[in-house]
Order: sequence, then structure tokens, then C-alpha cells
Amino acid sequence: MEGRVPACGWGSAAGGGDASPIRSNRRAGVIVEFLLYGIINSITLSLLSLGFTLVYSISRLPNFAHGALYITSGYIVWLLLNRLGLPYPIAVVIGILATGFIGALIYRFILIRIRGMEISEIIATYAIGLAIIEGLRWGGLRGMTFTLPPFFPGSVILAGVSVDYQRLSIVAIGALTFLGLYLFTHFNKLGLALRGIAQDERAAMMLGIDSDMTAVVSLAIGSGLAAFAAILLLPLGNIVVEAGYSVLIYAIAVCIIGGLGSWGGAIVGAFIIGFAQILTEAFLSSHFQMVVALLAIIVTLLLKPSGLFGKQKELEERV
Amino acid sequence: MRRKERIDRGIKVRTEGIYAISSMREILYLLGPRLLLIVGLILLPFILQLAPYWARVVNIMCVYALVALSFDFLANYVGLVCLGGGFFVGVGGYLSAIFNTYLGIPFYLSIPLATVFGAFLCTLLFLPCLPLRGVYFAIVTLMYPLLLTRIIEAFDILGGTNGISGVDSFPNQYVEHYAIIVVLLLVLFGLRRFVNQDIGLVLRGVKDNDQSVRASGINVTHMKALAVFISAGIGCFGGAYLVHLYMWAGISLFALDFSIIPIAAVVIGGGGTLVGAVVGTFILVPLSEALRNLGTFRIVIYCVALTAFIVLKSEGIMVYLQRKYHQFERWVKV
Amino acid sequence: MSSETILSMRGISKHFGGVQALSDVSFDVKEGEIYGIIGPNGSGKTTLINCITGFAKPDKGQVFFRQKEITGWPPHKIAHVGITRTFQIMRPYYSLPAFKNLIIPLWSPRARKLGGWRGGGKHGDRDTVAVDILEEIGFERDSRVPYKLASTLPTGYQKRLELARCISMRPEIIFCDEVFSGLSMSEIAGMTPLIEKLKMEGVTLIMVEHRLRELFRVADRVMALQFGEKIAEGLSGDVIENKQVKEAYLGSEEV
Repeated sequence: MEGRVPACGWGSAAGGGDASPIRSNRRAGVIVEFLLYGIINSITLSLLSLGFTLVYSISRLPNFAHGALYITSGYIVWLLLNRLGLPYPIAVVIGILATGFIGALIYRFILIRIRGMEISEIIATYAIGLAIIEGLRWGGLRGMTFTLPPFFPGSVILAGVSVDYQRLSIVAIGALTFLGLYLFTHFNKLGLALRGIAQDERAAMMLGIDSDMTAVVSLAIGSGLAAFAAILLLPLGNIVVEAGYSVLIYAIAVCIIGGLGSWGGAIVGAFIIGFAQILTEAFLSSHFQMVVALLAIIVTLLLKPSGLFGKQKELEERV
Repeated sequence: MRRKERIDRGIKVRTEGIYAISSMREILYLLGPRLLLIVGLILLPFILQLAPYWARVVNIMCVYALVALSFDFLANYVGLVCLGGGFFVGVGGYLSAIFNTYLGIPFYLSIPLATVFGAFLCTLLFLPCLPLRGVYFAIVTLMYPLLLTRIIEAFDILGGTNGISGVDSFPNQYVEHYAIIVVLLLVLFGLRRFVNQDIGLVLRGVKDNDQSVRASGINVTHMKALAVFISAGIGCFGGAYLVHLYMWAGISLFALDFSIIPIAAVVIGGGGTLVGAVVGTFILVPLSEALRNLGTFRIVIYCVALTAFIVLKSEGIMVYLQRKYHQFERWVKV
Repeated sequence: MSSETILSMRGISKHFGGVQALSDVSFDVKEGEIYGIIGPNGSGKTTLINCITGFAKPDKGQVFFRQKEITGWPPHKIAHVGITRTFQIMRPYYSLPAFKNLIIPLWSPRARKLGGWRGGGKHGDRDTVAVDILEEIGFERDSRVPYKLASTLPTGYQKRLELARCISMRPEIIFCDEVFSGLSMSEIAGMTPLIEKLKMEGVTLIMVEHRLRELFRVADRVMALQFGEKIAEGLSGDVIENKQVKEAYLGSEEV
């Protein structure tokens, strides 16, 4: 059902122009290459999962429509660029806002009615995601014709390894995003409030924080982050609907390893999976990328369901 | 001022579920809907002889109904929401294909064998995740079919992406139809009986409050494993049957269809009624066949229907119909 | 009444994160007595029960049941040897009628092994047995109450149902986690004879309670906990006069 996605070309079944760059330069600086692409891959994964984690940590909603929103935003930007001929930066901003708005709508009209029923939440968000993805496919989002141009064309040789600017910018922007998010949640009033809700929703409600409003906001921000990731990552390949599925799986994998709802955990989880993927790609084949992610989910859930940094289990023990 | 008044019909209000039947009319009242389903299903292949294409759809519909039953049983009577119904179908299907083509076992043995061994295998694989609850169990079960697909692809085993072809077909059309219809009816009424047996009540207890079951000296993991075994057996039978119907086993057996359509059917038909699962599939699958030329748009239709039912009418069609059957409404002056 | 020790705890400690819920708690319970555990909120009473009945694993310490160590056993195994408990937060099996709630403990390996319920027989009709037990514990057989959905029962009946669940196991020890809290005076008045009756049948009861007056009326011995530590143990009258206990409760509870 979903296409195979090469390590660094999130969104393409064929890998765009430069598929599997890790093989291109095997002799020179294998270590550097491994580290560099490992970091790129890890940051990519954490960008992908950021929206999912944020929504779950603030409003305890497993947003299974995450992957669909990711691909939707890419399509919106493509439409704005190619059909309306808007300049790239404007299209990007509109794309992020529109996706955020869709996320908010999903909560406001659907999820608000089934809040708290975990299973209904999963089934409903999953169904919404499927509807969006398959709707896009039916609507003509097929084949290799849909691409976004990179912001920074060209590439550079770093310690004997060729890297294009787009990938470097992903690392830089990703790191900046994490830093910004950290500062926001630790030093900004609204961010602190969100963190408070993430820790104890009931207590927050008693302090007069409207939990539905924050859920709308969290879903909007989460969807916006999905769009943000999409716009950064999609220029590396084509916009294909299959990516919707794999993005969801990667996001879940990262979050489960780090512990659902833990932001720091998600980043650590992303690095674990990111490097594991690069390793399997180097030694086995790129077929195993998804296997790594799926196995990571299953093994984590079996050994330590709360993940590396989750607190779920400890609370449950208190009956 | 007028308001609507809902009144239970005589037999319902007198007995509250424990029926004391006193007349032919009441027997009919109770048996009517059941007979309608049984006789209707048994006659269906005859009626559809005029339209051979649709006769085949009946078979597939029954397979989906089985998977839906297994989902409904596991989710609403044991509290394990298994999003990977396709996993059971796939395991059963592949096993049956292996038994039939590699070992040369005839279909009337390979299907039961695949059912039992498949159920064992699935239970064994699910064993480690049985302590998980809610979201976690749902996620992990969603991943199982995907993982198996990827492993088959990556290692290129069991025929890889081409699948296993050359599986025996059924000797004639009647065997083909009634193999699945009879099993469906048996499973439906068997499960309904089972969930009201003492052991079924224990399973329902696990759903309501597993701590309390534990405190009652019952090993919850054993009970969950039993439930998964039953549920997986049902799914595996569906898969094994399907393989012989298509004469082919491939990774499409693990496909999303077998995970999402049964769930949609249960939600639409009414979760926790078991019959609802069957009714739901009997609405959804023919609908999706009729819309075959819409391609993937059908999935959009299921998903929209599914979401709409979850949000707007979470009780489902069957619960609604049952209420209408047992009650009548009238307007009264206030 | 025999005075053999049936349950003994040796140095139980448990912490959650940074919170020390229990530290080095030891005590013995004699067969057939009613043993009360009191303490202000958050003093570790429920955690103690969880540690003994297997719902939490103690970090340190041992639990002995009839000289046999049962530390760290899973809950169902501990229930199987005859140690049952009620839950403070009652959650009956909501989707089942009240009497069907008892089918689950009656189906348990222990109840099936012991069998011999009046009227039930070894493979007897569990429904009949269930209704018998419910009647014993104060559900009127001829009313509709035992046949109602458990979720529709009032609190008093739900508490009784919890106790009935324990009794159906034919236990040797019952841990009662705050069975009196949330009940009206008349409901408590109806509950007390039940507890005395259980005692007469030789069941050991360990009661965690906030309602001290009612507890002291039935309990033989009492232990007081504060911040996870045992601060006093002895006959009811003595414990309440203990200076530390008074301090622990001062201003927080009416004694």
C-alpha cells in the first residue's frame, strides 16, 4: 500500500534525482558519510514526528491523520505554485496555515464529539487520514509529476562527502525549530501553559484553561508542524500519496520509542531509528527501512510500553 | 404540547431478556428476525444464480463478515481493539496455501488445518503484546500486518511479491458458497452463545475491569490469549477460504481492506451486537462492489461513513433497529 | 479463635519516583481477627494493600502467607491462595447485571476447586449460587436489584457487590479498602453485621479505613501509618490515645 521511501527522500517512491546518496562515495570518508546522513535522517524523522508528539502530549489525541496532513500540505503548496503561480514563500506560508486550519477543523467538528474515547479517537483519525490520502489519490495525485523545487539548489562537498544544500538546511532549520520549541515551552507564558496541560489536564481545567480550545490550538499547531516538515522535506523527492502512510508509521515509531507524549524522547527516538535505518541501508538494503521502524515499534511496546521517557506505566501501577 | 412516547412491546417488558414464550405469535416475534437472516443467507446463492458475478461477491462478503465478527468480539467483548484484522486473514491464507501447494494437502483439510495452526501462530505472536492496553494494543496490532508484508517483500520468501499461485479451487460452486455461509452462521450464533456462557462473562469482565478479574484469581493474560485464539481462528478461516477461492495467496491478503472494512462494518452495524457486524458488511461490501469503477474513492466512502457513524450515530444500525423492533412510539398530549 | 499468624510483612518499602510511599513497614495478622489500618490521606495505606495483593511490587521486604513467601507474585496467583481485596475506586463489571458480576469470581480456579456452594454443587448452576451470595450480603432476592445492571446500582450496593465478589472466592483473608467511605450512616449500619458475620465464619479481615469510629467498633487490633511509616500498633483503644496518631490526625480528621 505505501511506497518504499529512501532514507533521505521523504515523499518519493523513486527517490527523485539522487537516490541513495550513501552509495555514491563509498571509499572516501565512510564514517563521515555515515554520521552526516545519520544526522540528516534523524533530524528528518524528528521533524516528521514533531507534530504528532505535540498533539499527543498536549491533548492526548493520537492523530493518525498526521501523515495525510503532511501530504495534503505538500499538495496545497504545489497547487498554489503551479496553478495560481504564487511566489514560493507565500505559497509556503499559505500551505502551513491552511494545513493548520484543516487540523483545527478536524478537531472542532469531529474529534470534539469523541474526546476521551481512545479507541474511537484512533479509528476516527485513522479513517480521516485514509479518506484524505485515498481521496487525493483518486483526485489525481499519482505518478512522478508532482515536485516542489528546493529552496537552495546545488550541493557542496563536506569532508569528501557530497551533500546538497537542501539537506543541510533541513539540519539547520530542524535544529533551530527544536531550540525554538524548547525556548517557547520553557520561557514563554503560553508555552508553559501548554506544558502544564500536557502534564495534568484536569488540574489545568480547574485553573480555568479551556481544554477544548487548547486541543484545537494543539491540533492546529501539530498540523502546521506536519506541513512545515512536508515543505522542508518534499523538495527532496516527489509528492506521492504513499508517503502519507509511511510518514505516519515513522512518526508513531519515533514517538513510541521515546515514549508517547515526551518531546525530548521523540528526538532521542528519532536518532535511534535514524541511525538504525542508515546502518541497515548500508549493510542490507533499503527494503529494510520500514522493517526497522515497524520492529522498533513492536519491540519497544513489548519491552517497555511507556518508551524511554514515558511516565505512563508508573502511574498505572498506583491503581 | 405533544411529546413522543416510547413503549416496550409486551414480551420485552414482561421478561427483560429472559423470554417466557406463551404463544405462537411471540415465538414468531422472537424467531422472525433470526429466521430471516438464516434462510436469507442460505437462499442467497440460489437467488443470485442469475447474476454469477454477484454470487461471487456473496462469498467475499461472508469473508469480510467473519473478519468483522472477529473484530467485534475482540473489541467489544474483551476490550482488545485489534486494528490488524488483515494479519489473521494473511496468516490463515498463507498457511492454507503452503499446506495445499507445498505439502499437497487437499482443500477440505488444508482450510481447517490453516485455521487451527493460524490461530495458534497468531496467538503466539500476539502473546507478548497482550498486557498492553487501549492505544498501545491498537498501534501494535496495526503494525503486525505491515511488518509481515515488509518481511515477505524484503526477504523475498513465500513467493515474494508474486505470492503463491496454483492453489486448488473448490470442486463446485455449491461447496464454494456453503462452505463459507454455514461457517458464518455457525460463528455468528456460536459467538452469541459463547459470550453469554460463564467463560464469556469472564471475558466481558476483562473488558470492564481487568484489575478486578485479576483480584478474582483469574489469569487475565490466559483469558486474553483464549480470546485472541478464537478471534484469530475466525480470521484465519476467512483467509484460508479466500486463498482457495482466488487460487492464489499474496501480500494483498494483509492489505488494508481486511483491516479497515470490517472495522467500518462493525461501527456502522453497531458494535457489541455481533449481528451488527454481519449486517454492516452486508451493506458495505455490495456497496463497494457496485462502486468498483470509482477505484480508491471507495475507501474514502467507507472512511467518511465510518467517521460519520462514530461521531453521529455511535450505536450503529443494528442497535437502532433492535430498539425499533422491541418498542413502538406514539405521540401523546402533555 | 486460633491465634496463629496468617500473614506477616517484613520491612516493606515502596517508592514512586521521588515519593517514598512506604518505608520499612512490618506487621503480623493473626488468623480470624479484624485488623485495621488507619492513617491520613497519602500515608500509603492503599499502596500497602497493592504491595501485598500483587498489584504493585515492593522495592524491598517480604510478605508471608502461612509461612510461605508470596512477595512479588502476580495478583491472580495471590488471589488463588485465598487473599482477596476490594478496590477503593469501585468499578463493577458495568455491562453485566449485578448477579452476573459474581460469575467471574465463581468461575475462578479457586472457587471451582473449592466448589460446594450451598445449592450450587461442584458443577452447579453458578447463577443460583450468585444470587444466594448476593442475598446473604443484603440484596433482596425477590426485588429487581440483583438483576439490574451493575452500573445502575447505588454506591451502597456497589460496595456490597465488591465484598460479595471477594466472598465468592471463599477467601481466607479479605482486604477491605475503605468499604465504609462514601456510605451513609444507615448503610454502614447495614454493613457492620456483614463484617462481623464474616469474622464469625473465620475469615481474616484487614480493613483500611478513614471512618475511625466505625472501624474501632469492629476491629480487634489497629495499625496507624503516617508518611509510609508505621507509627503505632495495638488494641483500638490504645492506638487512638497514642500521641503521634493524634498529631497525625489533628485538624485533618474528626476522631
